[in-house]
Amino acid sequence: MTTYRFLVNGGPVEVDVPGMRRLLDVLREDLGLTGTKEGCGEGECGACAVLLDGQLVDACLVPVCQADGGIVRTVEGLARRAAGDASLDDLQAAFLETGAAQCGICTPGMLMAARAYLDAGGGPDEDGIREAIAGNLCRCTGYTKIVDAIARVAGTVA
Amino acid sequence: MTSPRAGRALIAPPPRRSAPDALVVAPGQVMPGRAAAFPLRREGPAKLTGEAKYADDLVFPGAWYGATIRSTEAHARLLAVTLDPEVDWSSAVVVTAADIPGQNIVASIKSDQPVLVPIGGEILHHAEPVALIAAPDRETLRRLKGHLKLVTDPLPPVFDPLASDHVFAAYRIERGDVAAGLADADFVLEGEYRVGHQEQLYIENNAMIAVPEADGGVAVHGSMQCPYYVHGALMKALALSPEAARVVQAETGGGFGGKEEYPSILAIHAALLARRAGKPVRMIYDRHEDLAATTKRHPAIVRHKTGVKRDGTLVAQDIEIVMDGGAYCTLTPVVLSRGALHAAGPYRCPNVRIVARATRTNTPPNGAFRGFGAPQTEFAAETHVNRLADALSLTPLEMRLRNVYREGDVTPTGQVLRESVAGEEVLRRAAAAAEFETLRERTKRARAERAGSTTVPTGALRTEAARKAPGIGLALAWHGAGFTGSGEVHLASVASVELTAEGRVVVLIASTEMGQGTNTIFPMMVAAALGITADEVEMAPVDTALVPNSGPTVASRTAMVVGGLCIGAARRLRQAVEARNGDRPFAEVYRADAAANGATRIDERFEPYPGEPFDDATYTGDAYPAFGWAAAVAAVDVDLDTGEVRVRDVVAVDDVGRVIHPILCEGQVEGGTLQAGGYATIEEIKLADGRYLNDRLATYLIPTSLDAPRISTILVEAPFSGAPHGAKGVGELPMDVGAPAVVAAIHDAVGVWIQQLPATPERILAALHPGSGGPAS
Repeated sequence: MTTYRFLVNGGPVEVDVPGMRRLLDVLREDLGLTGTKEGCGEGECGACAVLLDGQLVDACLVPVCQADGGIVRTVEGLARRAAGDASLDDLQAAFLETGAAQCGICTPGMLMAARAYLDAGGGPDEDGIREAIAGNLCRCTGYTKIVDAIARVAGTVA
Repeated sequence: MTSPRAGRALIAPPPRRSAPDALVVAPGQVMPGRAAAFPLRREGPAKLTGEAKYADDLVFPGAWYGATIRSTEAHARLLAVTLDPEVDWSSAVVVTAADIPGQNIVASIKSDQPVLVPIGGEILHHAEPVALIAAPDRETLRRLKGHLKLVTDPLPPVFDPLASDHVFAAYRIERGDVAAGLADADFVLEGEYRVGHQEQLYIENNAMIAVPEADGGVAVHGSMQCPYYVHGALMKALALSPEAARVVQAETGGGFGGKEEYPSILAIHAALLARRAGKPVRMIYDRHEDLAATTKRHPAIVRHKTGVKRDGTLVAQDIEIVMDGGAYCTLTPVVLSRGALHAAGPYRCPNVRIVARATRTNTPPNGAFRGFGAPQTEFAAETHVNRLADALSLTPLEMRLRNVYREGDVTPTGQVLRESVAGEEVLRRAAAAAEFETLRERTKRARAERAGSTTVPTGALRTEAARKAPGIGLALAWHGAGFTGSGEVHLASVASVELTAEGRVVVLIASTEMGQGTNTIFPMMVAAALGITADEVEMAPVDTALVPNSGPTVASRTAMVVGGLCIGAARRLRQAVEARNGDRPFAEVYRADAAANGATRIDERFEPYPGEPFDDATYTGDAYPAFGWAAAVAAVDVDLDTGEVRVRDVVAVDDVGRVIHPILCEGQVEGGTLQAGGYATIEEIKLADGRYLNDRLATYLIPTSLDAPRISTILVEAPFSGAPHGAKGVGELPMDVGAPAVVAAIHDAVGVWIQQLPATPERILAALHPGSGGPAS
């Protein structure tokens, strides 16, 4: 066991775990942040996508030792929280309004992929958005409304 | 005083009107006469913030981890299950068939599938559960699993459904005289069409957690579509009373039919382990196990022999269907039934014979998947119709307009289509919106230019643009609304609406939310009937201890059938409350009424829809109370060098009876259209010795955002008068029509018919270059 320290959603965390433990398990089981989902465990579906130092990564493929000293952002860190009440951020609100979340299991990873795209200055063009979420599988929506939601936010930012 | 009608603005009673008057909603528009704003997805904020609890997110302190020991042989006799005596087993529990307190049967249509194969019993497929093991932690579980061995004696397997003599179900539908019709035809076309397995690929794997109760009962929490199927299965296998078996649905990450029946066996497994261990037991499949062991869409072989007049009029259809049921019956009889009932397509024909059977093979059992047999047979029917049009030099649109069902026409089971017949409407809408005939002229010119060109080089010298052959294709489908035949009568579903003593309005149903929008549309439907806002209506948690059996969440029946029951219950509740409050509107008095009179709960039981009862023995009568209608136009590019298909655009037009929530409804059409696109082009399971070879997400491919076409949805409303709100369901419709549209577009692009799905590059190149095994270089 080794102690690893990093930031999750702005707050410091410390875990004593084997270094090769998946970041996904550390988030879900050791830190109780179950918003990040496991869909395949082999980096194909993107349900476990989180931001590590601003980069979109599949948490099932990242050993926690690689997060040591890093900055991790998960779906739980998107909404602005005040006194136990969460208000959706612009991206979450756009997903809700356009119907971009159906069963919701891909949604946390999809939101993180979209956040990474927007943070990198991505615009509302459809091809760019489709490329940005190509590592995140959705089986419900046909992607149409997800693309719409991201474009809506990219359009207002630009 | 509010008019009692005001609250029905959202869901007006359906006027009897025929298709041409149907209300059409373009994407993003709101229907005239409806409220401008629709409620947001009710559980959306929880899903978007990560707060929604799916099964694997639930915490049960002290829970153990369970695993399934499966056969690795397709067909064998089980001689023994042995535990390595060198290993300390004291920290784990093992369950075999001998430990099952009730019947060793997974309750379904037939009692053929064991919970676990007993010693001396037959293993019928390679992923068959034989034993169960649970341990306090994953590491112990993983270590011990390898020390449990199966002793077996191999038996000869059967993999070819055509060669199998074990028949799960067989049907014959006959109308008119097919031999005479074929003799009378100007032209007869034959064809064989094949489709393979398809995986539902919900992104949340199957998952169940069982918790032993102090009184000997057990509660399961999991991902599922049909809580009462799970409930019945637990009662049978564990010999539990209805009260001792409790089933609670967790947030469910997609189903598509894959969580219709499979959760039953998983719940039994988890419950057996939990009772043995005396601890909660988590059984959360990983993707590999989910792909390897759970049900798939039935593969099918469909043969058509069709007679037509020179003008394209159908005169005879002779159809044979063989489906591969896999190792156990599961839902195969009803999948085959729906497949057979849709096999002739949505076309008038006086002489039809449909002969269908489903047989057993030594492969994992196949089961429910969106469309439930219809996508298989309608792919065959539509591709055959497109080939007929091609042979007769008619456009695909002309061919269909000549034959499509209109009001008053009669189906192969003798069902008269009295109302809500929108085949022509969706067809014309799709063709117009996609500019089908115009674009088809354009692709035809492109094809002619390529064929006649002496300057466009072939093979490696082709430019990027010259490699791409554009094509456009059209398909039409019908989909029977609700359960097949007498199914709804047998289900006798009950749905309830309660005004609680605290003055809350609560909907109690076992119909599950799995992404399609149940949680959002039921408050809308009930609120409209009560004259209150949707926000004032709560959904009870889906827990068999609380909600009545409103039937399974399948067959696109939830909005139509269960929605109808809830509206009925709400209307009765409103009547009761208003009657004892001097006819003042429910909205004004319900809180005070609850305070004064306590709770009022209305249970509404299903009553048969009007029409001719279906005769299961002769396969005649009204197979469905109504049909939904769908048309799709797909535009593709086919790479002439690689054979790859890119589906660029799809126009999907679906008649759902009545749109309850346009955004959610469009979402169903878009998602179904993409699943159909995957079925058409990339989704395939390869087998060797009865085992799925590509049983990982790295090897079973589904469409990504880059593979997905732009999908334009047009919703049509041809309401069904038998349902109080006119809805006919939407979930499965788009699945029926996408694949044949794509295959037609491939033919339009490159001139070859792909009669086996998926239309892979290999199959397209083999068709383009017969005998060469690939493109000429």
